[in-house]
Amino acid sequence: MNQPVVEFQRVFKSYFRGEQEIPVLKDFCLSVPQGQFLAIMGPSGSGKTTILNLVAGLDRPTQGTIHAAGIAVSQQGEADLARWRARHIGFVFQFYNLIPVLTAAENVELPLLLSKLARRERFKHVQAALGLVGLSDRIQHYPRQLSGGQEQRVGIARAIVSDPTILLADEPTGNLDRSAAQAIMALLTRLHQELNKTILMVTHDPQAADYAQEILHFDKGKVD
Amino acid sequence: MTLGTLIVRNLRRHTFRVTLTAFGIATVILAFNLIVTTVRAWYAGVEASVPNRLISRHAASLSIHLPLAYRDRIATLDGVTGVTYANWFGGVYRDAKGFFPQFAVEPASFLDLHAELSVTEEERQAFLSDRRGCVIGHRLAALYGWKVGDVIALKGTIYPGDWEFVVRGVYRGADAATDETWMLLRWDYMNERRQQIDPDRAGTVGWYVIRIADPSLAGSVSRSVDAEFANSTAETRTETEQAFQAGFVAMSGAIIGALKLLAIVLNGVTLLVLANTLVMAVRERTKELAVLRTLGFRPRHLTALVTGEALLIAGLGSALGIAITIPATYIFGALVAAKLGNFFQHLTLYSSTLLLSASVTLCIAVCAAAFPIMTILRDKIAEGLRHAG
Repeated sequence: MNQPVVEFQRVFKSYFRGEQEIPVLKDFCLSVPQGQFLAIMGPSGSGKTTILNLVAGLDRPTQGTIHAAGIAVSQQGEADLARWRARHIGFVFQFYNLIPVLTAAENVELPLLLSKLARRERFKHVQAALGLVGLSDRIQHYPRQLSGGQEQRVGIARAIVSDPTILLADEPTGNLDRSAAQAIMALLTRLHQELNKTILMVTHDPQAADYAQEILHFDKGKVD
Repeated sequence: MTLGTLIVRNLRRHTFRVTLTAFGIATVILAFNLIVTTVRAWYAGVEASVPNRLISRHAASLSIHLPLAYRDRIATLDGVTGVTYANWFGGVYRDAKGFFPQFAVEPASFLDLHAELSVTEEERQAFLSDRRGCVIGHRLAALYGWKVGDVIALKGTIYPGDWEFVVRGVYRGADAATDETWMLLRWDYMNERRQQIDPDRAGTVGWYVIRIADPSLAGSVSRSVDAEFANSTAETRTETEQAFQAGFVAMSGAIIGALKLLAIVLNGVTLLVLANTLVMAVRERTKELAVLRTLGFRPRHLTALVTGEALLIAGLGSALGIAITIPATYIFGALVAAKLGNFFQHLTLYSSTLLLSASVTLCIAVCAAAFPIMTILRDKIAEGLRHAG
């Protein structure tokens, strides 16, 4: 068994609405080995996205420790976390979240601006990433000129261009039709199988979850 | 691609809004530059002051004259290397708008002590040999089209009657700060007429100009002069030429203060206009900025993005404002001249004024960017990603 690349140790997470505490994670434990493709399923508001946010250090646990890609995420400062994210985390969003004023290539290049790569090197990486997702012919297209499925593929190319340790996907097919969703899932499966990427995917969709190696059913802050 | 590419593309999202903001800033810069130019014109006399000259006048008021006999006594004091004197003539050319400074002077010593008023030797000799002669500044000559040999008719106000002077020379200033709108006429000619119309005040002078050996002696020589005439019927008040000029400016202190305050308020307007545009832009991009942070962009990157955008808008506004200011100052100068004659003889747009306005605006841009930057960095990334905007 591989060493865990993501580990939640007795994590509690609550949100506060005024004085009212809304618990989301209760004594949550999770261990994801390197190279696993894990799907997290659960109803809306069950805390699925919170798990991804905590792994990426976008949010902090109320209690407990989270380790991911070699660091205790919950104990890092903002600037250190940002540097770590740039190196180890790729994030795929439900609504793609591409920058509308940048072309596909420029959107994919964004994470590489934080590296020390020269312009020419960056462009090679961008071409490779867009080639991997099958969009070599859409390099100069703006997001508005792409279909939803193509936008999501650009989003995936942006997530993998810096070769991160962990790929986090938040409802990656939630905004796509069936055929586009299948193509995206096939792509994620390929990334997992060919590049041995560790993937944590949150989804509502059982058909999407079927592509994963393992499925975690999650409800009311706990694993079912 | 660089961060600069993203800054420029972000600006192009709302071209109309950015253009309006830039025009707003340009308008403020125009107003700021005109105000600074006006205030500098007020201080032109102070800036043109020569450090080794003192002015000695009646201790009670400039309107009370001093005896001509003081000249020889001042000349003998230690540290004094030259003395001359002058009276404010105050004549009017054609009508009240035809105002320009006229001084009745002792020609040889006055020109000696005011080396910055440059006339040819031929013109100097012509002035010295003609009691009705006068020397006028180059700008004054240009304004009224006067040339050597022309006769200038003035109506006396302090010294009543019709006066005629023959232009014997046109001086040029040694540098840009020198006032070129003066008219120098001969004190002896004026005094001769005064003996007939106002014999009690004949033989008196408005003030003495004293040249000292070294500017560091200003304090001691001033005290010596005032001590020399202490307890007399006409005590003196002696000060540096700069302090004397500053005293005139101080008379308009309230107006100048108001103008300076207005300039500060205008910069406050720039701050608000720019901050408003940036806050709107950043609010619209809350989710995108959260995405950038998710990708690993650090606070300094986001600060660079927002500050870069602010500087670019401010830079556009500054460039536009400066471009407008140059012809506007010319027009403003013409309008002021039409209304006030030569009251502001130095309404000159200096490159340092333009540089000041652009620098202030760019500093304001950095301050304006601080508001949205603080908002971005305060917001949690997870909340930003949920933002619906």
